[in-house]
Amino acid sequence: MSFPWAEQYTPKNAFMRYMDERLPLPRLVYNAVGAGYPVPRNLNYFWNFGVLAGAALAIQIVTGIVLAMHYAANAGVAFDSVEHIMRDVNGGWFLRYAHANGASMFFIVVYLHIFRGLYYGSYKAPREMVWLLGLVIFLLMMATAFMGYVLPWGQMSFWGAQVITGLFSAIPLVGDVIHTWLLGGFAPDNAALNRFFSLHYLLPFVIAAVIILHIWALHIPGSSNPTGVDVKGPQDTVPFHPYYTAKDGFGLGVFLLLFAGLLFFAPNYLGHADNYIPANPLSTPAHIVPEWYFWPFYAILRAFTVDIFFIPAKLLGVIAMFGSILLLFFLPWLDKSPVRSGNYRPKFKMFFWILVVDVLVLGYCGGAPAEEPYVMISQFAAAYYFAHFLIILPLLSSFERTLPLPNSITEAVLAKHGGVDPSADTQTATAE
Amino acid sequence: MATLEHTEPAATGTPEDGVRRRDFINIAAVSFAGVGAGVIVLPLVNQMNPSADVLAEASIEVDVSAIAEGQAIKTMFRKQPLFVRHLTATEIAAADAVPVTSLRDPQSLEDRTKEGKRQWLITMGVCTHLGCVPLGAGEGEVRGEFGGYFCPCHGSHYDTAARIRKGPAPRNLEVPEYSFTSDTVVQVG
Repeated sequence: MSFPWAEQYTPKNAFMRYMDERLPLPRLVYNAVGAGYPVPRNLNYFWNFGVLAGAALAIQIVTGIVLAMHYAANAGVAFDSVEHIMRDVNGGWFLRYAHANGASMFFIVVYLHIFRGLYYGSYKAPREMVWLLGLVIFLLMMATAFMGYVLPWGQMSFWGAQVITGLFSAIPLVGDVIHTWLLGGFAPDNAALNRFFSLHYLLPFVIAAVIILHIWALHIPGSSNPTGVDVKGPQDTVPFHPYYTAKDGFGLGVFLLLFAGLLFFAPNYLGHADNYIPANPLSTPAHIVPEWYFWPFYAILRAFTVDIFFIPAKLLGVIAMFGSILLLFFLPWLDKSPVRSGNYRPKFKMFFWILVVDVLVLGYCGGAPAEEPYVMISQFAAAYYFAHFLIILPLLSSFERTLPLPNSITEAVLAKHGGVDPSADTQTATAE
Repeated sequence: MATLEHTEPAATGTPEDGVRRRDFINIAAVSFAGVGAGVIVLPLVNQMNPSADVLAEASIEVDVSAIAEGQAIKTMFRKQPLFVRHLTATEIAAADAVPVTSLRDPQSLEDRTKEGKRQWLITMGVCTHLGCVPLGAGEGEVRGEFGGYFCPCHGSHYDTAARIRKGPAPRNLEVPEYSFTSDTVVQVG
């Protein structure tokens, strides 16, 4: 793990020496997020989002645990217990709004983290495992967020659960059996609410465990960087602490400011008014939409309106929706270009931004009612999404003429700042 | 360790065919543990199936005598809405006029009602697309382009036999198992 020039952990006093020989936990932390982890010196602010996602998960776990002290997972009282949290529990409104908006903030930073990876080719060898584990975390996050949204047992909770579990009934032959098994009944009810609460409490800890694997896999080759050029020597890296703890700390401050702005000034902006109506199995809200972070996938689901051959439209939509995420698991092998960073791939860069716009368009359509022109726009946008990964990226890797790469990270940094950085010289000298 | 392995074949006495008693014991023990683990998983999976109290409510009786021609009621069956509709002669004629083979889910009104009771259309009020409750059973609700039911979620239109005619739903509204216990009482489930 890590580079040979990484700083070595030395216990500073007798107690730490005693601990180091018995449980070297401080050593582990030092090597993972301390001075013992050498990081490329040229990381930009897009490299903050991993740490921010970790912070967002920590906020969700802490606020979630205290909310669970007041929430009752029973279809008869769940809605009232949430209102009890909002009105009676000391500071309950703050905790619940922090948890609900914290989920949105979590998805915002994770989406930026994913698009950072897409642009800078962070999924490429030797970091494929980092990418795959990240996708596992993303899937777990989506499951957790969906089940969490069901817990207040409002109209959107209930009908969201009805629609999303209904996706499984599209599976041929065994679909209805699986649907009933998932819900523990024929429609969302107490059994479903209870199991969703149980799993909603469990999965964040599973996510935390997969994050440890994600970081472990990352620290084998070390962090990538905006040039995509491998680290060649000590002059290319700086210790994680204090350089990136400080940079991440600044990013964390900005993140918390934006979070606080949302939480204190627009806590219901991203929610749906319908969820303040208790669940009613006899009345469907006129316009069922999931939370904003599912909109692009919801648009793909609804893009299929006609049967193709013998496959019903509903099944096609479900396959396409799950396929749009499963596809990303194959990305490291679909994009074969040896150049990692989009900075040196002019055509890729253009298509990357088209993909960003395409996903935003899908997101907009997913939040809009299922009528024209949104359905047709979703169909084109969904087709483009798949074409980007299955056609454009493989073709680009063979035909694109990339720009010349810098010889090293240090060379790129010095060229950018137009001159010789004296500290770089000192570092090189020390290394020699 | 090394010494132990050297002495073992001689001790078990079957070195020729390469299978030792210990190999058999290993495979047997691991297989047995595997079967045990499989058996333990069974109740853990099965606990998620509908419990006895949910299944106990799986059958209801409906008195249809108060439903006038052209009217419909919504009731609950297995925690889901159930539509009971008294079709008018025009509605029955409209349903019969459609060639069955032209439908997405080909069924005639006969297939979907009981013999001699074809004016009673009893279906689940659950859209076969993603499970929303279609409109059309309540007083003054939109009945869609074909005069039956209309699902507001994703725009599925059902006709007067509750058959899917337009929109994303793959199947007709489900007809639950039911029977007339008397002229005016229906047992569903």
